[in-house]
Amino acid sequence: MLKKTPFYEMHVKNGGRIVEFAGFLMPVQFEGIIHEHRTVRTGVGVFDVSHMGEIEILGKDRSKFANYLTTNDASKLELNQVQYATMLYPDAGIVDDLLVYNLKDRILLIVNAANTDKDYQWIVNNKKYDIDIKNISDDIGQLAIQGPKAEFTMQKLFDLDLSTLKYYWATEVKMKDIPVLLSRTGYTGEDGFEVYVDKKYAVQCWQMIFDAGAEHNIKPIGLGARDTLRFEMRYCLYGNDIDKTTNPLEAGLGWVVKFDKGDFIGRDSLLKIEEAGIKRKLIGFEVIGKGIPRPHQEIHAEDGKIGFVTSGTFSPSMNKGMGIGYVEKPHNKVGTRIKVIGKTPVDAEIIKGPFYKHGTHK
Amino acid sequence: MANIIEGVKYTKEHEWVKIEGETALEGLTDYAQSELSDIVMVEPPEVGRKVKVGEPVGTIEAVKAVNDLYAGLNGEIIEINEKVVNDPSIINKDPYGEGWLFKIKVDDLKQVETLLTPEQYKALIAKQ
Repeated sequence: MLKKTPFYEMHVKNGGRIVEFAGFLMPVQFEGIIHEHRTVRTGVGVFDVSHMGEIEILGKDRSKFANYLTTNDASKLELNQVQYATMLYPDAGIVDDLLVYNLKDRILLIVNAANTDKDYQWIVNNKKYDIDIKNISDDIGQLAIQGPKAEFTMQKLFDLDLSTLKYYWATEVKMKDIPVLLSRTGYTGEDGFEVYVDKKYAVQCWQMIFDAGAEHNIKPIGLGARDTLRFEMRYCLYGNDIDKTTNPLEAGLGWVVKFDKGDFIGRDSLLKIEEAGIKRKLIGFEVIGKGIPRPHQEIHAEDGKIGFVTSGTFSPSMNKGMGIGYVEKPHNKVGTRIKVIGKTPVDAEIIKGPFYKHGTHK
Repeated sequence: MANIIEGVKYTKEHEWVKIEGETALEGLTDYAQSELSDIVMVEPPEVGRKVKVGEPVGTIEAVKAVNDLYAGLNGEIIEINEKVVNDPSIINKDPYGEGWLFKIKVDDLKQVETLLTPEQYKALIAKQ
């Protein structure tokens, strides 16, 4: 039985093309992926991300437990601060990537939709200390309001001066008269917010945001553009770029691994991997000439296969085919020429950093 | 609702075929361009290539999808539309006009009988 988010009727009304994604009926696009992509890069767009999972850690040892569960240092989180992290299996394969919110009376974990049940089970199975674990995913509506006009839009709905809410901070606050959790987060590379709301207020919340953004021509954005936007920033997508067969070091997520914070699940294995040196690296590349790389295609050097594509698409901002993939070291160096093996092999070059370098996120 | 025009024939692979004397102009149907959405790359067959019905002769790519192009009739490719190669979005804007893909010199005009009429094509996409 496929689930519907509280905003499903709005998507249908707005002409969304509905597809199945992670067990949900979700809009993949409204006016078109490229158009929606540009709306978020230049104006403001709203994503229904209610399919994401929300798992609460309650009790006095919640911070200690979050620190044991995740690779980043949750003990450093101040009240209302948010952190990006990974959870690992004992062999250092990735269970999921997630956000950790340190709220007044709980820690809130935001996990990938397709992983919610698996993650909840994983967390319960690894429970220790004096804590409680609650999967509240079915009760929450979540919207991401993203783009350079996001702050102008959202400011109309809050008494709080939103310029004081910094990147990766949150607040439990009233949006007009609706209680929400608001954070300055997102996965697009643009400035923006995410709003978590009890599903009974969800549609009202949507309406308020669209009314507030009308003067900026606010639009609903589908999963298609959500993917191209995160792709251009080279943000990892679980199931594509990372999964249980990859570790955070080779995925370029070493910055969310804090070995010196004490024990965490997967630490011993990951430390051994680090000491031995990683064998491959997640790289970004741009096509030289024509061609669009696609996931699972092989990456070759002069002397044969060196890796495979994990994400590949047409980049609407760069107006060309680009890709992300694992390649064996030492072929991972910036400037390396590679071939991507599709129906017609395509030449490409490994490049540095995010593909899109003009994001407005702060 | 997808636009299905009169005066052309259709294939099961969602292409239209317009007979002009001994040649046939081929393109993507409105239904196909709408399903693909945002077409960003076209790789048409080479001029001079002999093509057969049902064999993939090129590709057409959208942001998220790749589709093969097929020949609707046996023959030889005598012209391709360079305009859509340079700007594939023309196919989205005008699939039956400016967005045509290639021209075939047809081997045997009797083969046209095997193509779908607008009515038959309408019935085909109604089932999808």
